[in-house]
Amino acid sequence: MKASGDNPISYESFLQQIANRGRTMLLPALLEAQARYGHISPEVAGAIGAALCVPLADITGVIEFYGMLYDRPTAETIIRVCTSPTCSSQGAQTLLKELDQSLVVTPGHATPDGKHYLEKTECLGLCDQAPTALVDLAAVGRANSARILNPPGDFHTAIYADTPVITRRCGKVEPTSLANFLAHEGFAGFHNALKLGAEEICSRVKDSGLLGRGGAAFSTDIKWEGAASASGKPKYIVCNADESEPGTFKDRVLLENDPFAILEGMLIAGFAIGAEKGFIYIRGEYPRVQQIFQQVIDAAYENGYLGEDIQGAEFNFDVELRSGGGAYICGEETALFESIEGKRGYPRLKPPFPTTHGLYQKPTVINNVETFANVGVIMRIGVEAYRAYGSPGSSGPWLFCLSGDVENPGLYEITQPITLRELIYERGGGVRDNADLQAVLLGGAAGKFVSPANLDVRLTQEDTRAAGLGLGSGAVVVLSEHADLRQTFADLGHFFAHESCGKCYPCQLGSQRQSEILDRVANHEALPGDLERLQDVGWTMTDASLCGLGQTAASAVLSAIELWPDIFQGGAL
Amino acid sequence: MGSAKEISLTLDGKAVKVPAGWTLLQALEHFEIKIPVICFHGATTPEGICRQCVVEVEGRRTLLPACVTLVGEDMVVHSASERVLRARRTILEMLHASSDLSQSPELQEQMATYNADPERFPQARRRSAEVLDDNPFYVRDYEKCILCWRCVQACGDDLQFTYALALGGRGHETHIATFFDAPLPETTCVFCGNCVAVCPTGALRSKTEFFLEQGMDYDQIRIEKRKSRRDRGQS
Repeated sequence: MKASGDNPISYESFLQQIANRGRTMLLPALLEAQARYGHISPEVAGAIGAALCVPLADITGVIEFYGMLYDRPTAETIIRVCTSPTCSSQGAQTLLKELDQSLVVTPGHATPDGKHYLEKTECLGLCDQAPTALVDLAAVGRANSARILNPPGDFHTAIYADTPVITRRCGKVEPTSLANFLAHEGFAGFHNALKLGAEEICSRVKDSGLLGRGGAAFSTDIKWEGAASASGKPKYIVCNADESEPGTFKDRVLLENDPFAILEGMLIAGFAIGAEKGFIYIRGEYPRVQQIFQQVIDAAYENGYLGEDIQGAEFNFDVELRSGGGAYICGEETALFESIEGKRGYPRLKPPFPTTHGLYQKPTVINNVETFANVGVIMRIGVEAYRAYGSPGSSGPWLFCLSGDVENPGLYEITQPITLRELIYERGGGVRDNADLQAVLLGGAAGKFVSPANLDVRLTQEDTRAAGLGLGSGAVVVLSEHADLRQTFADLGHFFAHESCGKCYPCQLGSQRQSEILDRVANHEALPGDLERLQDVGWTMTDASLCGLGQTAASAVLSAIELWPDIFQGGAL
Repeated sequence: MGSAKEISLTLDGKAVKVPAGWTLLQALEHFEIKIPVICFHGATTPEGICRQCVVEVEGRRTLLPACVTLVGEDMVVHSASERVLRARRTILEMLHASSDLSQSPELQEQMATYNADPERFPQARRRSAEVLDDNPFYVRDYEKCILCWRCVQACGDDLQFTYALALGGRGHETHIATFFDAPLPETTCVFCGNCVAVCPTGALRSKTEFFLEQGMDYDQIRIEKRKSRRDRGQS
């Protein structure tokens, strides 16, 4: 919560300023009220509804959808403790017990003095320093109650790269300094792109073989060409910075260390498809990233990199930052559009696709943060040099987020494909304390488990796919022989049950049923038939869910059943 | 089918032609292939929520909801493949574990048709809620709610444009909400009854029907209603 002295204008004036934009400002208005008052009262919600012309019942619906909004008072400070698989395996449960003793507080409640409100939360994207917490705006790694009560502000993610390409400015420049960025070849790709022209940009993106880095690995050029040739106007560029996949923090690191590079990618995309407006949707759990990127946007406007006639070209482009509100589903592209439009983050039916019917039903290109970072590189070094990195089916550099029981957790940029074994043992320093490896969760909660017998798979799209796996968002969670796999399964179950939007039945009901069974498994109380129940639930979610969340919500569990069927047999162990 | 463009496709092994723009559901029903639906209703916008009408289309990774998927040239559709039957059975079993389907004869019939085991998911979290009796016209018994969205759609853009109801919560905790849980008389509700009309499970019922089920006759109901109006007037 901000102190009232931080606010130059009253909330009423703020509402008046945004009123003419209508419902699209609903989430920003609610987040501002939450920040000022610690919750959203019926009176404030009513004022928001009147100002933005939103039905009152819908405001309750939106408040209840987003985990970071509260309709009753919380406390001066909100402590969010991450209980996702990585943090849970690194002591999050112990941390919660410690807080219960030191602060006399349990999740969902305030301390007796009303100063702290404790919340269990899903992945905070701070996995390399697990266990972690977010204390209001401050990220706390290696969290204990002392560090939570006095956040030391020492959070730092290590970046490892033999040949830094995507990460080459990270740590070398002042992130919010445009002069620094320009001195390190910043906007060189954008200036090249202006000379090339829209068609040639799209053709080079195609030749580069750039695959989306958000998890689905969809061809970027298909999105761009689709939106470029679509007839509707205006067109939009959206940067998906709602990174929430458990074990994933690459987008945070890029945005914290080299944010102008992401803006550069958005500018190139906007110029290529004829868009004049871009949005960057940054998850609510990344307040520091939001502060940094707003400074970057402001600096770009002041220096002619946003606004009208950018750099003397006939190109106008605006960028607006939007904050998420604590909902994993908003990383799904159409749910993200709904969220920007001021609604509950429900995924839409597809078709139609975003290229023709995206944000506000207009042609839209939506790409992940890392994808935009690659765009700038391609325009700067050219297709041939770019394709020298990666493999034929997975061109360019790839980022991996190494966390869990590993000696050197952090962000790894890989320019020449290596195996999972090499990543963990040669680059990552091996399993912590020389313990034996029990399993790897590859690709996040929506990914799959890999057994120690399969570590020689090369980390490319084509090799992982051939092995029945996937890179997903680049998350690599290492679990040693000491990890409690049953607890990890239960954590995954809680994650999807908590983050399912509830729109379609297979995921709304299936994520809940799956979590119930996995809790039984964790407590050694599995019932006869639970393995078959998990399979029926899992395949029904995979086959019949409306969006990618439900379609992958059973992926890790189904892979675990194949690897360790005995664990899921009722009464067997 | 007139002179409109026709689409050729195969439905359960039978080659057929139908007008372009039809949904798979329309096509399948036209050829008397029965497809179960839960959320679908002619008066509300199909949102593909329940997924009970899913069918298998060759070459597609996932099953597709027939209610919102348009027919496509050369589609090969299987309306009752093994994958389809597993999904339909499991959806019904999971739904039965959460909601009270005792007043949903259509869903009970589907349970029988698809061999769904009512006891398949023991120890499951159920939707439980007090019966909400806050107005003279209808009662809300959300233990029976299956979140088909029809009442919210009828209250909003599909029929009445009143917007008294919305979806609240998230995931399995999704529920039908009013503004800060306000009783209906304190909302924009105009008691048009459209939500009651489209509710498939008896979660929304007219008060008369509700009292009749409780064994009252019409005289008793009249007295009861008068009494409750008087009580409200005083409070």
